[in-house]
Amino acid sequence: MSSDQRLPVRRTAKLSIGGQFPRSESGRTFEVWSRDGRLLAHAARASRKDLRDAVVAARGALGGWASRTAYNRGQILYRVAEIMEGRRAQLEDELRDAGASDPAGEVSRAIDRWVWYAGWADKIAQVAGGANPVAGPYFNFTIPEPTGVVGIVAPPEPALLGLVGRIAPAVVSGNVAVAVASERSPLPAVSLAEAIATSDVPGGVINVLTGSPSELVPWLAAHMDVNAIDLTGCPDELIADAERAAADNVKRVHRAGPAEQHLSEITAFVELKTVWHPMGS
Amino acid sequence: MSSLAPLSPVITSSEASKMLTRTPAVDAVGLEERAASLATRSIKRDAKLWALDLVIRCTDLTTLEGSDTVGKIVAMCSKAVRPDPLDPAVPPVAAVCIYPWLVPTAVTHLAGSTVRVASVAGGFPAGLGPIDVRLQEIRDVVAMGADEVDIVLNRSLFLGGRYQQAFEELAAAREAAGAASLKVILETGELGSYDRVRQASVLAMASGADFIKTSTGKIGVSATLPTALCMFEAARDFHRDTGRAVGIKVAGGVRKAKDAIRYLVVLHETLGPAWLTPDRFRIGASSVLNDVLMQIAKERTGRYQGPDYFTID
Repeated sequence: MSSDQRLPVRRTAKLSIGGQFPRSESGRTFEVWSRDGRLLAHAARASRKDLRDAVVAARGALGGWASRTAYNRGQILYRVAEIMEGRRAQLEDELRDAGASDPAGEVSRAIDRWVWYAGWADKIAQVAGGANPVAGPYFNFTIPEPTGVVGIVAPPEPALLGLVGRIAPAVVSGNVAVAVASERSPLPAVSLAEAIATSDVPGGVINVLTGSPSELVPWLAAHMDVNAIDLTGCPDELIADAERAAADNVKRVHRAGPAEQHLSEITAFVELKTVWHPMGS
Repeated sequence: MSSLAPLSPVITSSEASKMLTRTPAVDAVGLEERAASLATRSIKRDAKLWALDLVIRCTDLTTLEGSDTVGKIVAMCSKAVRPDPLDPAVPPVAAVCIYPWLVPTAVTHLAGSTVRVASVAGGFPAGLGPIDVRLQEIRDVVAMGADEVDIVLNRSLFLGGRYQQAFEELAAAREAAGAASLKVILETGELGSYDRVRQASVLAMASGADFIKTSTGKIGVSATLPTALCMFEAARDFHRDTGRAVGIKVAGGVRKAKDAIRYLVVLHETLGPAWLTPDRFRIGASSVLNDVLMQIAKERTGRYQGPDYFTID
């Protein structure tokens, strides 16, 4: 058999839940087409039960991830950037098929964004927290702590940079994430999930679902075990209902511009704890 | 209990030994396959709510730790009577299952409720102390007000092939328990094969046990679906042969509502609707209750629930 007769071995685009790559429990998939009309893949279409499983996995991973040292979290997230660099060609191809105007540039910016946020892991406490001057014989500290399980609705465009720009600032402070990827271009998200899975990030810390936001967002927003929700990529017609549902367990609700890279994206998902400590004699 | 046939030593130890030798061999592969296929059955919406309600009514809310305090038992009794403080439609559990020392506390705090007090006794969990002491412990917990007594089968005798002696111990325990309901724990994780589980079930049922129970929860292997199926089948055949209905209690390892519903499905398919009652089926568990409450809340509100909104036990 000559090499051009070889059958293609194609990747199955699956979900990423708890460090595993399952198909949707519903068995459903949806077709992913390139801009020039080629069928690229049948991506898993997550159901609300996949979402539920992802939240359970995330909750289970929260304690371990949040209690790692900030320095260690930074190292692990930096490694995600390293692995993405190694998968650059694949990511660029997927972005090109998805119709990105500058695939190479977007991959570079996405990797740089991981690095930028990873560097904040052991600096956020100094900037967002501090030792507060008080009129008494006490030390008074403010310490940022993770909010918990963060639901993320990634923007449809840019498919990779948008997702990286939502996940990285959420998890750097010790949160865990359940992200719903771009419905239009899910394949870069699948590849990102594979890079994350080979980067020492503990299973369950970052869960990536592909599918329809209009199907998943209402369940994510209403879920009583989700502590915060990033609605940056949420379709406009779902925003009001999602915010209303989120209010029931007082979720943090956040929306940002699709390409924003700023410290405020990290502080959107931290809780500031202030403690008083007697100074002694 | 009223639904059970009147107890009398109708079966002698030599007859029980004969029953044991007539016990059919268990087809392990078929048993596991059947349990696995029944476990895939989907129970949704109204049927699920009905099943969840039944799970609660069949639950023996259990704590068997050396660290149990009076305060913990008081809190557990409150939860047993009113599992969801916000929803009076949620029924009380069947019983609380505790160590003998805490029985008076539970009796006091459950007075006037339908929740029964079950106590382990008879040298739980090994059951290898002197027989007089074990029988006295059973009498003591009944005198303290326990409605149900959970004892263990003497696995040392049973596995050593001394069936008559094991039977006589159980029969003596049955007598010592008097009016209380007696549950015999087989500790299936230590029996080694389904054939042994089946034989131990027959032995315990023949000795007059009101319930046969899978496990103590004190060893690594607790209740499994195939083991429960094996015991259900033993109870089914025993009922057919002797006319006496014996209840079954699964204990240990049931943590999720889904697991509990699977046991109900297997029970229904093996013993039929007559066994879907707390008089004939129990689940010994602690953490499953919160998961059931979360599932009920999910069905009612249409949103997935989180443990933050339920009690920490």
